[in-house]
Amino acid sequence: MNKSMTRSMVLAINLLVFSAYVNAAPSGETIARQGNGKGAVACISCHGDKGQGNEAAGYPYLAGQPLAYLVKQLHDFANKRRPNPIMQPFASALSEDEIKAVASYYAQLPLPKITSAKKSPSQTTTGEFLAKEGKWSVGMPACFQCHGDQGRGIAPNFPAISGQPASYIKKQLEHWRKGERTNDPIGLMQAVVADLDESEITAVADYLSEQSPTTYK
Amino acid sequence: MMNSKQLLLGLSMIALSQAVMADSTQRAHAVTEPIVTKPYLPPPKDTMPKGEFGDMVRLGKQVFTETGKYAPKYVGNKLNCVNCHLDAGRLANSAPLWAAWGKYPAYRGKNKMVNTMEERIQGCFTYSMNGSAPPADSQELKALMSYAYWLAEGAPTGVDLPGRGYPKLDEPENKPDYQRGEQVFVNNCALCHGDKGEGRKQNGKVVFPSLWGDDSFNWGAGMHRVNTAAAFIHANMPLGKGGSLTEQQAWDVAYYVNSHERPQDPRFKENVKTTKEAYHQHQCNYGEKIGKSVLGKR
Ligand code: HEC
Ligand code: HEC
Ligand code: HEC
Ligand code: HEC
Repeated sequence: MNKSMTRSMVLAINLLVFSAYVNAAPSGETIARQGNGKGAVACISCHGDKGQGNEAAGYPYLAGQPLAYLVKQLHDFANKRRPNPIMQPFASALSEDEIKAVASYYAQLPLPKITSAKKSPSQTTTGEFLAKEGKWSVGMPACFQCHGDQGRGIAPNFPAISGQPASYIKKQLEHWRKGERTNDPIGLMQAVVADLDESEITAVADYLSEQSPTTYK
Repeated sequence: MMNSKQLLLGLSMIALSQAVMADSTQRAHAVTEPIVTKPYLPPPKDTMPKGEFGDMVRLGKQVFTETGKYAPKYVGNKLNCVNCHLDAGRLANSAPLWAAWGKYPAYRGKNKMVNTMEERIQGCFTYSMNGSAPPADSQELKALMSYAYWLAEGAPTGVDLPGRGYPKLDEPENKPDYQRGEQVFVNNCALCHGDKGEGRKQNGKVVFPSLWGDDSFNWGAGMHRVNTAAAFIHANMPLGKGGSLTEQQAWDVAYYVNSHERPQDPRFKENVKTTKEAYHQHQCNYGEKIGKSVLGKR
């Protein structure tokens, strides 16, 4: 065999291997739009066409969230450190490669622009104060100290929280409070909610839901 | 008559019932310690005075929280005052400004002279900020002084207020240890400060400060002392979970953090050995051999 033939054979084999690989793991976008055909249904049906979430249903946006955060949540749904009857079966039906693929797809999308975002009133509300200044009288830092300017997230561990549906934010805070969601690193969110009362949870959830994670200085 | 426990309880109820707005200064996470009640609370954040003086107070707060941006001439690293004096210099047990105000002028062993409040602040610029001292009549220092003065409104002079400095820890049961400290670091600190203590920036702005290396405080700063860092860390770190580490863990991780290179001591004499002899006769690793190299060589 001459050299150029060997080369083209190597190339052909490479192509074969490559296409087999592609067939084995559907792309992240395919999973998002069509599901994986093995129990994980199309993500877009709940998380929106562009991963922007569904405000009315209280489903969170996934677009623009840090890759490592999304991967971790899918693992945590599957291993029930974040118990959820809707997401648990889907997350369990995804292979490791599929989790990486679909999480990467969502991570590279832009954070959603919240068009209904409100301007802050001139008087600082309780919700805004908690988000920007915290409640240091009981040792609680500002939400934005961990979640970034305007709550747009700090990759890889701190998700964006601004612009999520109010009901979703409230539910997460309450789950931490009741010990139903326990997957936060170093127990950081469990410490946060221990410092908040019911009305403050509502106030900060309402405030955050009216902010857009895309507007920051 | 009320006994002192009831009084404390009463005071802490008052402190607790201060609305969110009123803010500041009491630690609820200090599980290992009783609630320390603070008879002094700085004025609420939204009550800054109006007029020219108010503008100076506001500028002082900006210099304190975004030092690199508002006092760039005098800053040589990526830190801000607020990184070690939490909640904009208001938080008890985080060396708050309102508790310092009434305690200067005072003699300091560090420079063997009586220091004014201005000189104390200049010290933090030279060492903690690895920069240079802004002159006493500079806009930056006037602004910081105005901010501290406002925070201390109504506080007594010459009194060691509860919450001043970082609460000292007893000597540890076991000698602070690098390996144990590394373990504490990996489990409780790296999430924010990075695997190599490098911190994290976002859009050019530091969101989590670095703990060692070129962007950190220098070998002359108070925080390079293992005992001082242990006290700060025990009371204030991990962020939002102050008081959650055991004292031993705080000593170990402080030792680990201060076993890495950082900018040179600005008082550097001919070599590390003589500098160590002159300025480092305390609990620190300057000039010590950790791993392969002697610290302070850079
Ligand atoms: C039937 C509706 C539905 C479908 C389909 C669905 N999800 Fe979800 N998803 C939810 C709900 C509801 C939550 C919030 C769970 C909670 O309250 O904790 C969620 C949460 C998540 C989260 C956590 C988000 C965060 O901010 O913490 C991730 C990640 C996620 N889903 C990924 C996916 C992926 C990937 C798919 C497709 C394979 C998918 N979801 C399909 C309803 C759905
Ligand atoms: C000390 C750091 C810290 C502070 C302060 C903090 N958070 Fe968090 N938060 C986290 C971490 C870490 C996570 C990710 C948890 C995980 O990995 O599951 C998180 C997650 C969340 C989530 C879940 C997001 C999602 O998509 O499911 C919400 C909601 C949230 N935080 C709200 C808040 C609010 C509101 C505040 C202020 C009252 C706050 N946080 C303050 C560290 C913090
Ligand atoms: C949730 C994030 C987070 C965690 C976890 C955390 N820190 Fe911090 N740390 C911060 C932030 C933010 C600051 C600056 C505080 C400010 O500006 O309000 C800081 C400041 C510091 C400082 C003083 C400033 C400097 O850069 O030297 C030290 C020392 C420190 N942390 C050590 C630690 C140690 C040791 C641990 C682990 C036991 C730890 N931190 C865990 C976020 C964190
Ligand atoms: C790397 C951490 C760090 C930074 C950054 C820092 N400081 Fe300090 N500061 C300290 C330490 C440590 C002490 C000594 C506290 C003790 O020993 O109790 C201190 C003490 C002080 C004191 C005296 C407190 C007292 O009660 O006597 C003042 C005032 C002060 N700092 C102001 C500032 C100002 C202003 C800045 C910014 C220009 C600044 N600090 C930046 C660590 C820091």
